[in-house]
Amino acid sequence: MLSVRSLSIDFGAGAARVHAVKDISFSIGAGETLALVGESGSGKSVTGLALTRLLQEPPAVYSGGEILFEDRDVLKMSPAELRRLRGGKIAYVFQEPSTSLNPVFTVRSQIAEALSLHRPEVSDVDAEVARCLDLVGIVDPSKRMHDYPHQLSGGMQQRVMIAMALACHPQLLVADEPTTALDVTVQAQILDQMRLIKQQIKMAMLLITHNFGIIGGIADRVAVMFRGSIVEHGSTAEVLHNPQHPYTKALIGCIPQLGQRRRRLTTIDYSTLG
Amino acid sequence: MFSYLLRRILFFVPIVAGVMLLTFALFFMVQSPKAMAHRVLGPKATPKAVELWLHNRGYDKPLLINRIPEQPWYDSLFISQMRRLATFDLGSSDVTGRPLAEVFRQGALPSLLLTVPAFLAGLVMSVGLALYLVFIRNAAADFIASLLCVALMSVPVMVYVIFGQYLVAQVFNYFPAFGFQLNGWSTAKFLLLPIALMIVSGLGADVRLFRALFLEELGQDYIRTARAKGVSSAVVLMGHVFKNGLINLITLVVASLPFLIMGSLLLENFFGIPGLGNVLFTAIQLPDFAVVQASVFLGSLLYLGGLLLTDVCYAWADPRIRLH
Amino acid sequence: MTTSSQDWLNQSFLPIWLPNLAVLLGALLVALLVWQGNRSERWAVAWRRLRGDRLGQVAGAIAALFLVVGALETVVYPTDTGSRTVLQLLLSGIPQEKGYSAPLATHALSVSDPKPLLKRHILGTDALGRDTLVQTLRATRSALWIGGLTSLVYIPLGVLLGILAAYYRGWVDDVVQYLYSTIAAVPEILMLVAILMVLGKGLGTMAIALGITGWVGMARLIRGEALRQMERPYVAAAKALGQSDWRILTRHLLPNVMHLIVIKFVLGFSGLVLAEAVLSYLGVGAPVGTPSWGAIIDASRSELSRDPLVWWNLAAASAALFLLVLSLNILGDALRRAFDPKSNS
Repeated sequence: MLSVRSLSIDFGAGAARVHAVKDISFSIGAGETLALVGESGSGKSVTGLALTRLLQEPPAVYSGGEILFEDRDVLKMSPAELRRLRGGKIAYVFQEPSTSLNPVFTVRSQIAEALSLHRPEVSDVDAEVARCLDLVGIVDPSKRMHDYPHQLSGGMQQRVMIAMALACHPQLLVADEPTTALDVTVQAQILDQMRLIKQQIKMAMLLITHNFGIIGGIADRVAVMFRGSIVEHGSTAEVLHNPQHPYTKALIGCIPQLGQRRRRLTTIDYSTLG
Repeated sequence: MFSYLLRRILFFVPIVAGVMLLTFALFFMVQSPKAMAHRVLGPKATPKAVELWLHNRGYDKPLLINRIPEQPWYDSLFISQMRRLATFDLGSSDVTGRPLAEVFRQGALPSLLLTVPAFLAGLVMSVGLALYLVFIRNAAADFIASLLCVALMSVPVMVYVIFGQYLVAQVFNYFPAFGFQLNGWSTAKFLLLPIALMIVSGLGADVRLFRALFLEELGQDYIRTARAKGVSSAVVLMGHVFKNGLINLITLVVASLPFLIMGSLLLENFFGIPGLGNVLFTAIQLPDFAVVQASVFLGSLLYLGGLLLTDVCYAWADPRIRLH
Repeated sequence: MTTSSQDWLNQSFLPIWLPNLAVLLGALLVALLVWQGNRSERWAVAWRRLRGDRLGQVAGAIAALFLVVGALETVVYPTDTGSRTVLQLLLSGIPQEKGYSAPLATHALSVSDPKPLLKRHILGTDALGRDTLVQTLRATRSALWIGGLTSLVYIPLGVLLGILAAYYRGWVDDVVQYLYSTIAAVPEILMLVAILMVLGKGLGTMAIALGITGWVGMARLIRGEALRQMERPYVAAAKALGQSDWRILTRHLLPNVMHLIVIKFVLGFSGLVLAEAVLSYLGVGAPVGTPSWGAIIDASRSELSRDPLVWWNLAAASAALFLLVLSLNILGDALRRAFDPKSNS
């Protein structure tokens, strides 16, 4: 369904040019979940945004490769085609729900905006918005949808973000650090909810995270990004239990394990990674 | 809401008291009433005339507390002035003796006729231009526009006026260059040029400010969310950026609304519009201290009214804010 | 060229060395600032960025040129016929005519009796026959003195009150906030007019008046930024180390708001130059006889309705005023960009 081939993305021009993403390739099949793992600055979020050309150009420059979605190159699409793709085929959930929702519009109007763009055939907007909110586990959706974002807790806000993304039945959901900004207990709830939704509706997902700890049980495959390149790629079980690249090993070593007695947290020695 | 406003107004009381003290200190303590009389009546005024002038205005009373036997202690200049201002009695002109409330009431309409259209048209133009600059996102156009804005800001108002008056009135010989008649729609022909000049003189600073405001909004996370939903750039700008920017705009714009009544000091004088700006200008030239003192007091009330209005508009426009 | 007897700097009660000392002190202040700035990482970065900003450099050079002209007109030099400024001595070769003459004209501006001029004048001459270019250059001094004197009043006042309010909070903050709320409650132009009417005309009183209204903005700015800095861990760390209030204020808080002071100083200066012109125009500004752009513009109002038209005095004063204000505004913006941690490259 989605296939990224030798994609390279730079920022800036001239001497200040930075290579953010270097020649990466991966693919996601229908209904499949790929976890893109890496530390901050490794280029994973840039990759996620690039899938629908959401990066601000300039400074971003797509310097090479192609992004094939249903056999069409996203990088060659017209602005109108891109708008149909965004939200309609590929939807996003971002890290910071408190700032990612527009503070001056109600939850209802923000979801309804997505519906009006991609599913204009929906006649009873209120009922559809309520259905979406119900799907992500919001209690009393027909009342809550008239709330403004600031009236909701962080976890609730992120559920609204997910509901908004799901409202137009996308084929691919890009979840960019969807739980990082939330409390640990809320994190688990949101992840459970996402797992549940994936079982209910057939939808592919690109889960972008720095945390290996959350991908087990939700991702089918894992790609590890380091300094703009994919250094390891395989099934989740394979990568978690038998990591090949030293960076992957180091990242997995950072996951705190229950019952383990360790004096200090593992640190990553970058000098050995090249 | 009501209790909030009430508390806010109570909070204004010490500020108004401060302004009253300040004006009293400035006009009667930094300069003695006698010096004031000499400056109004001229250096050749006889002591008798000065005394009479002071007595007619009550300026011959003791300054702070009346210690003269058999007179009430509160019969002092300070207390009588404070009492006067506290009851919103603006007093009367030092020169003509006309009650100032009447002078100000008469000047308000011509001032508003000048400032309200200029304010509205200027706001629409500067917001429109700022949105357009943000929309096109063209580095070269942005650079030229911001340079132009700074250039517009760097010209003093009177140069705009002198140049504009000369150009339009003497070269094109179109508008009446000077004068004012309150006479239905024909009043407009006296006002068009000053209104245009008022807009131009404020345009640079406003476009620059609003552009920065909208650019700030454009960088917010929720704009990315809107674009990720497939919203077009135009709708992102007009729907999301505009509504959020508008809230910030309110804080900047609404506070200046009450001042529209004060008119424009330079423009009214230049074009002979008998508004409050002109009243003040004349008072400076005469000099008429009572007019300036009353204007300071009135100006501070308008300022505080503007703050209150800003709060109310803010609460109305921004769902995050509730006045308790 | 005659010197008006009312020229405030050449008044007999002023010791002759005073303006010279002022110029010297001003130069020292600039040097101190540059030297202090060089020791800070943030300033070094800003300086590097500024060097890449062509427009900002041009603006800075123009502003510096005005500064030199203003300084030359301030430094006085005793001569046999009384003290003269260096600029007067430099331009003493330019003769005074009898009245108006157009730029580069050979004859005086008179329809009935155009007498030949002593010399051609690049920008013509004014009503008293003085060279317009020389008058415009001399007026630079008023603008710079107003900007400089007022800055000396409002910057220390605003910075001190703003930083103290943020550091001590509590009643200190309440008092400072009450003070500036009260002053801000009076519209600025009204306040200026009221103060100047009472204190009388003059560059000194104008600086006081502008200083009284000007410190409010500075205090608000510094208080806001200092409050933000107070939340940073380094302040808590300094307190935990037992450093004195004075040391934390001067060694930690002040350097971290210094760049804001410099930006505000440059942008504020442009506002003050404009204010000087407007106030002089309103008749509460520079005393009669002091060359000032505002006074020249005021005088030129009637010149525009003359026949033949006299436009050069207005044009010269407006252009000089515009150029200085524009270059200060651009320089201020360049500084703001250079110090902004968010701006890249």
